[in-house]
Amino acid sequence: MTSRLPRLLGLLALAGVACALPFFLTNFRLFQFTQVYIYAIAILGLNMLTGYNGQFSLGHGAFYAIGAYVSAIMMDRWNVHYAWTIPVAGVLCLVVGFLFGLPALRLEGLYLALATFSLALAVPQILKYFEHWTGGSQGLVLNKPNAPFGLKLNPDQWLYFLTLAVLVLLFWLGANLMRGRVGRAVVAIRDNHIAAEAMGVNTSLYKSLVFGVSAAYTGVAGALSASVIAYVAPDSFNVFLSITLLIGAVIGGMASISGAIFGALFIQFVPNWAQDISKAAPWAIFGVFLIVFMYVMPFGIAGAIRLLWIRTRRSRVALSPEPRETAATQAPRAT
Amino acid sequence: MDIFVQQVVSGLATGGIYASLALALVMIYQATDVVSFTQGEMAMFSTYLCWTMLNAGVPYWVAFLATLALSFVGGIVIQRVIIRPVEQAPILTIVIVTLGLLVIFNSLAGWIWTYVQKPFPSPFPSKPLRAGNVFFSAHDIGAIGITLVVLLCIYVFFRFTPLGLAMRAAAHNPVSSRLVGIRVGWMLALGWGLAAVFGAVAGMMVAPNLTLEPNLMGGVQIYAFAAATLGGFTSPGGAVLGGFIVGVVENLVGTYVSFIGTELKFTVALALIIVVLLVKPTGLFGTTVVKRV
Repeated sequence: MTSRLPRLLGLLALAGVACALPFFLTNFRLFQFTQVYIYAIAILGLNMLTGYNGQFSLGHGAFYAIGAYVSAIMMDRWNVHYAWTIPVAGVLCLVVGFLFGLPALRLEGLYLALATFSLALAVPQILKYFEHWTGGSQGLVLNKPNAPFGLKLNPDQWLYFLTLAVLVLLFWLGANLMRGRVGRAVVAIRDNHIAAEAMGVNTSLYKSLVFGVSAAYTGVAGALSASVIAYVAPDSFNVFLSITLLIGAVIGGMASISGAIFGALFIQFVPNWAQDISKAAPWAIFGVFLIVFMYVMPFGIAGAIRLLWIRTRRSRVALSPEPRETAATQAPRAT
Repeated sequence: MDIFVQQVVSGLATGGIYASLALALVMIYQATDVVSFTQGEMAMFSTYLCWTMLNAGVPYWVAFLATLALSFVGGIVIQRVIIRPVEQAPILTIVIVTLGLLVIFNSLAGWIWTYVQKPFPSPFPSKPLRAGNVFFSAHDIGAIGITLVVLLCIYVFFRFTPLGLAMRAAAHNPVSSRLVGIRVGWMLALGWGLAAVFGAVAGMMVAPNLTLEPNLMGGVQIYAFAAATLGGFTSPGGAVLGGFIVGVVENLVGTYVSFIGTELKFTVALALIIVVLLVKPTGLFGTTVVKRV
C-alpha cells in the first residue's frame, strides 16, 4: 500500500499543472491541449475495446462522428444547451455501439476490423446524404459556449476546464471499471475466451457491452469536440481519424489507462513537430517517428514506463524475497 | 444486355487489380499474421519508378520487368531492414509500423514526383475491341490477361518448386521448418518481395485508368482489403476470387442502382461484404484456424 502515496501525490501534482495551464498558455495552445484531452477520452474508449478486450476496431472515427453530430444537431436545430448534448451523445453511442457489437460478435480479428472500417468509411457519406439534418458537406457552424455562473474565463478556458472535468470523470470511471470484476472478465475474454466462458463469464454480453461503453467514450469525445471546434463537417471524420485513434492507442500503450493520455499527446503534437522539421514531406517525418517509437517502445509509451519502473525497483530492492505481482501479468499484450 | 456484359468485363478488369493487391495482403498475412497497410503505397511507388523509366525512353515491357525486379528487391529490403526488428513485438505494433511506412511512401512520392496527376501509358492498343455489339477496352482485357498470367506463375511457383514448398512450410509452421533447415527469416523476406511484385503489377495496371498520383492506391487498397476479407484471409485463391467479385459487384451496383450512383457504391459494396461475412464469418473460402490454448 505504500506505493499508493507517491502515486497519489503525482496525480495531484499533475492535476495542479493541468489546472494552471490555462493561465499561462495562449488560447491557441490551450485549444491544442483541450484537443489532447478529447483525443485521450476517445483513445481510452478504443483501448477498452482493443487493448483490454482484444477486439480490433478501425472504425472508432464513426462513433466520434456520431457523437459530434448528435451534439451539433441538438444545439443547432433544437437549441438544446450544449451541456445536455454531451451525455445524450454518450448514451446514444452506447446504444449504437452495443447494437453494432451484437452482429460483430460473429466476427473476429481482421474480419471485425473490416466491418468497423466500413462503418468508418460509410459514416461521412451517410452524413452528406441526410443534408436536411446535417447541413451536407458544408457542415454546421456552432457557437462557442461562454463560461457559466459568471466565471471570469474566456470560452477557450472554460471549454478547457469542462473537457478536463469530463476527462477526469471518465478516466476515474474507466480505471475502476477495468480494475474490478468487469475488467477482469473483459481481459479474460481477450486472453482466452474459452477459459473465460468455462468460468462462467457471459462472453457475448461482455463483448457487446464493452463495444457499447467504448463507443460511448468515443461519442462523448466527439460531442466535446463539436463544442470546442464549434464546427462539424463530414470530411473531418474520415477514415484517417479512425486510423489516428488507433495509432494513438498503440503508441500510448495497449491495455493501459495512462497510455491514452500519452497517445493523445503523440497524435496531437508529433504531426506539428514533423511539420516544423520538414515542410516538404512532413508525413514522411511523422512516419519515421512512428516507426522509431515502435522500435524503442514496442509496448507503447505506458508499457515502456512500466518496464522502466519495474527495472529501477528491481535494482533498488535487488534482494527482495517476493517479486511483486503486476510485472508479468500486466505486460501489455495486444492481439 | 450489352451494357451488362460490358460492365461485367470492366468489373473483372478492376477486379483483377484488386485481386493482385489482395493476394499481396494475403501472402504477408499468412506468413506473419500481419495485415500490411503499406502494400498499396509500395505499389504506387513502384508505378512511379516505372513512369520515371518510361519518361527516360525505356521501352514499356523492359520498364515493366525492371519495375518488377526493383519491387522484388525493395520488398525484401523493407522486410529485412524495417519489419524484422519488430518481428517479436505485438501484432498491432507491427501494424503501426506498416502504417508508418504508408505515410512515408505517400509523402516521399509527393515530394519526389509532386502531387500533379500524370498520365500513365497502357501497353495495349487504345482502339476498343469489338465482339458483336459489345465494345471492350483493350486495356481492360489486357489487364485481366496479365493478372491471370501472374496468378498462374505464382500457382506454379508455389505448387511445383522446392523454394515454393519451403515458403509454404515456413508460413505454415515456422518452428518445424527451421528444424528441417529452412531459413524461415529469408522465406518471409521473399514473401514480402513477391507481395511487392503483385502490388507493382496492380499499380501499373490501374494507373492508366486513374492517372498517376501519390494517392493512386488508397481506394484500391481498401477494396483489396475487402476482397481478401471476402475470400478469406487464409485462402490465396479465395482472395483472388474475392477481388473479381468485388470488382464486378462494385461496377454493377454503380450502374444499375440509380439512387446509389458512383458516390455511395463504395459503401454499398462494403455493406454487401459485411452481410456475407455475417453469414460466413471467416470469408467465403477461409478456414477457422484452430489454435491450441
